[in-house]
Parts: sequence; C-alpha cells; structure tokens
Amino acid sequence: MMESYKEISSAKYYSFEGTNIAIIVTYSNGETWSAPMSIDNTDYAEIMRQVAAGTLTIADAD
Amino acid sequence: MSKAAQLAALIGSGQAQGDKNLIINGAMAVSQKGTSAVAVPNGGTSTVDRMKFYESTGGAYTSEQSSDVPAGQGFSKSIKLACTTADSSIGAAEIATMSQIIEGQNLQRLNYGTSDAKTITLSFWVKSNKTGIYTIAIYKHAGGGTAYGCPVEYTISSANTWEKKTITVTPTAGSTTLITSSAGAIIDSNGAGIEVHWGLAWGSNFNSTNNTWSASGFYSTSNQVNWLDSTSNNFYITGIQLEIGDVATPFEHESYAKTLQKCLRYFFRATSGGDGQFATFGSGVAYASTSYLGEYTTPVPMRAQPSIASNVTSNVSQGQVVLGGVAKAFSSPVVTGNGHVMRVNMTMSGATQGQGAYIQIMYASSTDANIDLSAEL
Repeated sequence: MMESYKEISSAKYYSFEGTNIAIIVTYSNGETWSAPMSIDNTDYAEIMRQVAAGTLTIADAD
Repeated sequence: MSKAAQLAALIGSGQAQGDKNLIINGAMAVSQKGTSAVAVPNGGTSTVDRMKFYESTGGAYTSEQSSDVPAGQGFSKSIKLACTTADSSIGAAEIATMSQIIEGQNLQRLNYGTSDAKTITLSFWVKSNKTGIYTIAIYKHAGGGTAYGCPVEYTISSANTWEKKTITVTPTAGSTTLITSSAGAIIDSNGAGIEVHWGLAWGSNFNSTNNTWSASGFYSTSNQVNWLDSTSNNFYITGIQLEIGDVATPFEHESYAKTLQKCLRYFFRATSGGDGQFATFGSGVAYASTSYLGEYTTPVPMRAQPSIASNVTSNVSQGQVVLGGVAKAFSSPVVTGNGHVMRVNMTMSGATQGQGAYIQIMYASSTDANIDLSAEL
C-alpha cells in the first residue's frame, strides 16, 4: 500500500554537532514527528520516497 | 484419558501452541493511543495498537476501542469503526480499509516462494449494521520478489449481530503458481512481509478476482459493499487470528501483559499517567545552553529506530527539562540509536552547560503529557 500515507506538510533536517541526524516532519493533521535517518524507519522511508519522486524537499537544519 | 488424547485436547484448545496467531493484538486489548473515538488517518495508526488505517475517500470514519463483544467467547474488547462523513460514490483510486502489517521475519514458517508454501486461515468476529459482501485481502509485499494480493469475499448476513468468519487462503488460490514460485518469497527481515486488510470501500483500481492470487488489483472485488455510504454505518471486529492450516482453531487468548510486550516493539507511549501524576523520560546533561543530551531505554527493543513526538513540546507546564530545580520547556525531541538504548536530543533555552538534567512530563489541564515512540510498519 505504497500510495497512501499521511500527507506531509513540511520536512526539515535536525543537526547536531554539524551533522544531520534526523528529519523533523510536520503532517497535514498538525502532528510533528522526528524521524531518524534509518531506512528501516517507515517515516524516513516515506520521506525519501517523496523526495525521490520530486514531491517533497527537505529544508536545511537551523 | 491417555497422554496422547490429553495432548490432542490441549492442542485443540489452543492453549499449548505459543504464537500460533500471526496477528498481534487480535483481541483488541491494547490501545495505548487512547480508547475514545478519533478520526483515522490515511496511512497511519490510531487507538487500538497494531491496526493501521487507510482513508482516501470523500468520507471519513473514526476508530475506538469498544467493550461490545461476542458473548461467551472470552473477549472483553473490540475495535469499533464509525462512518462520520458519508461518500456515496467511491472513486476508482479511493480506499477505506483497516489493516495489520506483519514483519517478514515472523512469516518465514509460511514457506512462501517454495513448493512447500503453507495454507493459511484467517478467522475473526465481526458485526455491522450494514449487511452484504465484504472482502479481506492478503497482500504479500514485494520484498526481494514481487507483490501479490489475494482478495477473498465474506458476507455479513445479519445486521447488528456478531458473526464468526473463517477464510482459508491456499498458496495456489485461483489455480495460480505466483506464491509457490521464487518471486512469492517473503522478505526475511524486520520489513513488511504481509498486510491483512479488512476492506470498507475500495475503488475499482484495487479490484481483482475473488480468492485468486494476482499481481495487480490485489485487495478487493467489485462486489465489496461501500460501507461509507451512510453516517449510520458501524463496523466492529475482534478475535482476529491468522494461522497456518486449513481450519480455524480456537482463538489463542493471551495475557494483557504478553500482548502489550508484543505491541511495544512497534509503538510505545510514555505517559504522565493520569490526574496528579508525573513521569520521567531519562536523564542527561545540558550539552550546551540550548541543547539537552540524555539517554533513554525502551521497555523492549523496537522493530527499528523509532520516530518520536510529544504533545507537550514548548509547553513548560507539562513537558520540562529539569536542571537543578529549574524547569525549561523542550522542543524538537530526537532519538538516535538501535531502537532500544538510545540517545535523546532536545532543544531548550537558557541552560548552563554541564548541568545535570532530566526530562519530566506531567498531567495538567485534564490532559496527559505523552512522549510517543513509533517503529510501526
């Protein structure tokens, strides 16, 4: 069931000591989650799928 | 009674077969995310643990944990779905379904992808005001092979009456060889192996042939009712069991504690625990004036590195980094590690570098403070 997933409003890298370690993702229902940069994590996998599809851009960390 | 007869009776009772049920929380006992009705997300979980929902129609529905159960079966909970916005015409690409996704490494006993592939049987209790033909689907993820699906119709015959359904799916359903060929193998990892779906409404793009494995459509048939056609519609289900074999054996009841342990692999809610209660979420140090760095160990090793969220970020009255008796609000919680022993990063302000600290969450304003860890499939 690859085409149905919570709609992502925005995504932004989280950096620690100059290295990106997670992505802060906000969904259209208002929820905000931090997804680790691990392909086994389904939130991260979906973010990367949408990035690859050209439908999502991840903002740089603060 | 002979020893052999005693053993046969014990096996028949379902009490001597550990983990025969491939479904987790089939008795709907564990509901960490809450018990009251909430709108289901499209492609996410809510209320009862391990149940995942899809809803992309023009309608909407809620899920909640219910105490309405079939009499005399030993269940105390079910999941109730209720249509809150009707959609009388389901578009070709629209769906409404409840599912559970099972890890591939827990399905190797099915021997899919070989000529020894096993027959499986799905049984459950269901009740709805809307009678008619519904479908379940067994969807095998591609993994290293190909994605295949097998929809099977069942009928809810009597309105508002609990009925037990038993559905057997053979690896050659529809006289196919997809599952017994090498491309039918299930990935042997912590990734998705099989999805089991209970369809509520499926657009025509998702239809294929009843009780037949196929490489397209996957999920339903054209006979599936549109359960979303009225806000009067409800759907209750419990006692879900998926097991190897061509018969449905008695439901494998297990303790709440055992079911919870299984659920915690996928989701854990650290919660303040009710009126007047406090809880902690590990301890650490002010790594910098704006940065907390600590540790946290989950109750059980999770399936994968989890995502993290909290309902009390930037809310110092309920979510705090406590440093020397001074509380700071936290934001942007992040966890890294192996899904068990993890490092916790949080953002705060005005701390003194090097101060010892711990994370505290508190009940207030009639609301529990939560920190959620999710490693769902």
